Formats: sequence, structure tokens, C-alpha cells
Amino acid sequence: MSETAKLTYGGAINAALARCLEQMPETLLFGEDVALPGGVHGVTRGLRKAYGERVFDTPISETAMLGAAVGASMMGRRPIVEIMWADFMLVAFDQIVNQAANVRYVSEGRLSAPMTIRTQQGNSPGACAQHSQNLEALLLHVPGIRVAMPSQAQDAYDLTLSAVACDDPVVVIENRTLYAGAKAEVQIGGPIAPIGGHRLRRAGDDVTVVTWGAITSSVEAAVDATGVSADVIEAVWLNPFDTDGVLASVRRTGRLMVVHEANLTGGFGAEVVARVVESGVSLSAPPIRVGARDSRIPAAVQLAKAILPQTDDIAAALRSLAAR
Amino acid sequence: MEGNVKDEQLADLLSMWRIRALEETILQLRLDGDVVGSVHLENGQEAVAVGACRTLRPQDAVFSTYRGHGWAMARGVPAEKILAELLYRRTGVNGGRGGSAHFSAPEYGFYGENSIVGAGAPIAVGAALAAKFDGSGRVALTVFGDGAMNQGGVSEALNMAAAMDLPVVFICENNKYSELTPINDMVRNPDLSARAHALGIPAVRIDGNDAAQVATAVGLAIMTAEHGRGPTFIEAFTRRITGHYIGDAQMYRPAGELEADKKVEPIVRLKNALAAQGVAASTLEAVEQRARTEIATAAERALAAPLTDPSTAREHLYV
Ligand SMILES: Cc1ncc(C[n+]2csc(CCOP(=O)(O)OP(=O)(O)O)c2C)c(N)n1
Ligand SMILES: [Mg+2]
Repeated sequence: MSETAKLTYGGAINAALARCLEQMPETLLFGEDVALPGGVHGVTRGLRKAYGERVFDTPISETAMLGAAVGASMMGRRPIVEIMWADFMLVAFDQIVNQAANVRYVSEGRLSAPMTIRTQQGNSPGACAQHSQNLEALLLHVPGIRVAMPSQAQDAYDLTLSAVACDDPVVVIENRTLYAGAKAEVQIGGPIAPIGGHRLRRAGDDVTVVTWGAITSSVEAAVDATGVSADVIEAVWLNPFDTDGVLASVRRTGRLMVVHEANLTGGFGAEVVARVVESGVSLSAPPIRVGARDSRIPAAVQLAKAILPQTDDIAAALRSLAAR
Repeated sequence: MEGNVKDEQLADLLSMWRIRALEETILQLRLDGDVVGSVHLENGQEAVAVGACRTLRPQDAVFSTYRGHGWAMARGVPAEKILAELLYRRTGVNGGRGGSAHFSAPEYGFYGENSIVGAGAPIAVGAALAAKFDGSGRVALTVFGDGAMNQGGVSEALNMAAAMDLPVVFICENNKYSELTPINDMVRNPDLSARAHALGIPAVRIDGNDAAQVATAVGLAIMTAEHGRGPTFIEAFTRRITGHYIGDAQMYRPAGELEADKKVEPIVRLKNALAAQGVAASTLEAVEQRARTEIATAAERALAAPLTDPSTAREHLYV
């Protein structure tokens, strides 16, 4: 029953949520300003009207929201919680790390927490330090939590469905700079894919670039601008991470670069490099990581630019890697 | 006595006009694209900042939210330095690192805005804790919104301040909305001060659109703290007569609400009160003009200052 619709990234998430609410009666959708106002970014618009009290607004109480999701999911509901900014999940990190992540394991599988946390992260022009962080590495250090990060409308639709259908806790990290972008053809109504896998955004022979999130478009622009023949692998699922897919590419290209908007130190890029190096695959040049220059994020646009990886930085790194 | 009250009211009017003019200027700069990103204005809520800050002493410490431009100015931070901060100029209070929603100016007793709802409250408890040991006589004042009352950290801060008798003034600016959602939909007991009361904290509910009432309440809170009796909670009722952020279409407001709120906003009210006491329209006009001229000059200077040099972007991360 697949059909196509012209949707923005935000619209695609809305369509996916509507389908979840329609087809999975055990789903609940809640968060701050999500129901009557339709979300501060408008992503959940119309869902309250269409699905009634399964869609509701909450107090500004992230601990209670996430804890309620853990408890409701243990009882067989399938909650979808919006944490307005990834930065705000930090006030309730206990419910993710100590609670949701442990439910299945410590109960020897007797319990599960099939909950989805939708959030969004990253810098946008003028955003302050507490509204700009890229925190995926914190989550990726926590076994028991799945993590997805779509940057295109189709993936936003598909990954949201896969996340909600998954019987473990999943954090879907969106990006507010993408919500209202150009509309794209999105296949809707098709089968729900299992979690995992990557997307090949460019195909080439000389370099493998692994990236994720909104910065993927800068990587594509850098590849196009330099003319370097590169595989661009968008890791839309970070947990589970498609290590085999990356290795298959690096085996051909012999060169690896990882690009993320998050800080370099302790970033997931280090993990990707380590996995490739540990695999023993032969490399013709040392791998390169491109990430934020380990810093707090300043509100000033010109300062933030000096810290966050820009297309030119990525292009320069790509050129130097390809030349080695 | 009567003359003194009138002078005080005229001074409050000037302070409130300064904040209003600052916020209106910021709105214009944002619409013109000189200021970018998310900006939260406090139009309509000026009396809380003005009444509180004129009562605080130099040694006191203010912790505000993202809706903090006016609090900074009421604390004495020059408008030019605030505007320059929002414009990412070298002359801004933090050279643009903080920006609209996260700047600080400790040299004026303004220990900063905060963009995590409720996060200022526990930090204010810490500033009060320090006062217990440093002999400064400092009182820590933290202001947050109605919605922030539902953030766990605020409850923890209230109780810790109470248990330790710490000199904290908690001001809850109840402007009826938490972003786009009415507070009364998110609580059962609409009396937010009852929570503080339940923790043993003296709690008052006041008209936050009256700077004099705010000043009285904060004055009492300071006295309480000075006598070692710990924290006070002030629920100040006010209304923002603008969006939650610039660009907020305010669809959540019932018809006619904004118009009604504008009739009782603190500047209009104080002007009416002064006029009723026989203050000439020209005098009231002159107060507004003076504030507007000051802010316009500040904006010109801020705009003329150089942008912060990007090569300094990573400075100040560590000592
Ligand atoms: C921990 C956290 N959750 C959510 C937000 C998003 N947010 C910013 S302001 C706001 C509403 C706050 O309402 P209130 O406390 O009443 O203050 P007001 O803005 O009305 O002054 C929300 C939900 C945030 N900044 N921090
Ligand atoms: Mg409020």
C-alpha cells in the first residue's frame, strides 16, 4: 500500500507519527507543547486533533516525562516522547541511562521498554551554548539504547517508524535546521524496516567518508566541490552501527574519514576509526576525523563558525587525505 | 512623603521604559536581521525586574532566565553592552559567547541568564550557600517562570534552601503561559506559592505589574534572609504582552486576551496612576522620550563596534 507524498523533513516525521498512532493503538505521543500547539517546530501539528487523548501536553518535567515513558512501556504501551532539545534530556538522563537502558537486561528479558524518544540537536545560527550541543556520543556509550539520526525526509519517515516499532528504547535525533526545508518525494505506507543499516550518498573509489546528521549535506557538498572519488556513508543508525558496511567500503578505498558536528574528543568518530583500524583492513593513509574543535558553543555566529566544521574544512581534509 | 512616592514612581517609570525601549529595539534589530536566533522579550513583565532590582544591594546576586535582558538592565548593566552582546560585538558583556539567552555580567551583580528551564534556582542556592561562609551578606535572587515550577531541580532547590536556612529569594514570574501551554493545564493547584509554603518557606502572591509591590516583597525577603531566617518565595503575577519568542504566532491566546493584558501592563498602569495624581502628560512623555533616546544612542554605538574576532573563539574554555 505504498504511495508517495511531497513532504518536508518535519512533515515526513509527522506522517510517520500519524501512521504509528493509526496502526499501533498502544502508542502514546507526549511532550512539552506537542499536543494543542502542535510542537514548537510544528512537527506534531494536527495529531492531537486526529488521535485525541493519546496525544497530550506535559509539564516541563523531563524526568517525569521520561520516567512515565519507561513505566508505561513496561506495561505494554508504546510511548513516543518529545524532548524539545537534546540538551534538555540532560536534566533527566537518569531515566534514560539508569532506567530505560536497564529494563530488559536486568530483568533477564522479563520486561522491556519499547519507548521512543524524539529529540533534535545541533547548532543553528545564534543558538546559545545550552541549545547547540551534539550529544549522540553520550547515548552511544550506553548499551541498551538504540540511536538513529536521519537527515533526509525519507529516512526521517522510515527511521521514526522503525524506532517506534522496535521493542527496545530508541532515541531518534532530529535536527531543527532541517524541519522546514525543501519538500521531497517520500514513499509512505510501505513495510516497516527493522532497525540498522546505512545510506550510501555518493559512490567512489578513493576515500570512504562516514558521517551522520545534518552535516551530511556539507560532506556531500565537499565531495562534489573537490571532485574526490568517495563513498559517502551516512550512518543513519548509530546503534546498531553498520560496521560491516563501512569495512566493505574501506577495503576498496583504503582511506577513511569520519565527519561529525559533535566535539572531536570522545566523539563517535573515534569509535568508527578504532573499529576500522582494529579490523586490520589495509589502509593507504592514516584515517582522519573532522569534528567540532572541542569547545562550548558560542552564540555569536562568527565564533560558532570557527568551531564547528564547515564545508571548506571538510573539503580541505578530504583533499589532503585523497592526496596521500 | 507624597512627593517621595511620586519621585519613586517616576523613577520606576523611567526604568520600565528603558527596558521596554531596549526590547523594542532588539525586536527591530532581529527583524532587520542584525540580531539572529531565538530571542525572548519581557514586554509587560518589566515591573518585576524593576521593583526587585531597585531593592537589591550591590552584594546581591541575580540569576535569571533567557528572558533576562531587562533583569540585566535593571541591575545596572548598560544597554549598549547588552545590545552589543546580542550583536556579537567585542564590546558585548561576553563578546557574543552568551548571546541573547545566556549572558552574564557579574560586575553588576547579574550572574547570568539560563536557557535550561529552572536551572538557575539550584545555582542561586549555591550562591547563598557561599554567603553563609564568605561574610559577604549576599542574598541570592533567582527568577523563573510558572512553568519552571514543574522542573524537578526547582523543587530540590526550594527544599535545600529551606532546610539550610539559606538567603535566597525565589521569584516566580507567573505570566500564565509556559511557552505555548497555559500553566493551569499543567497543574492541579493553580496556587504555585503553596508548594513553597508546604516546604516551610514564607510565600507571598503579589501583583507583579506593580513595581512598588514587588519592591516591598523583595525588601521583606532580604530582611528575612538577613535575620538568618532563610528563603522567601514570591509569586508575581504578570503577563507578557508579546510572544514567548520573537516569531511566536500566539495561537494559544484566547481572543481579546492580549488587548486586555495591554490595558493593565505596568507602564500603562503607572502612567495612569501618575496622571491621576496630576502629573502632566508632557512630563510622562518626557520620561518615555528620555528612555528611547538613551536606547537609540546605545544601539548606534553597539552597531558601530567591531564584531568579536573569530580567532578568539576557543579562548576562555579553561584557565
Ligand atoms: C529543561 C528544559 N526544558 C524545556 C525547555 C524549553 N523551554 C524554554 S522556555 C520554556 C517555557 C518556560 O515557561 P515559564 O517557566 O513559565 O517561563 P516563561 O518563558 O513564561 O517566562 C520551555 C518549555 C528548556 N529550555 N529547558
Ligand atoms: Mg510563564
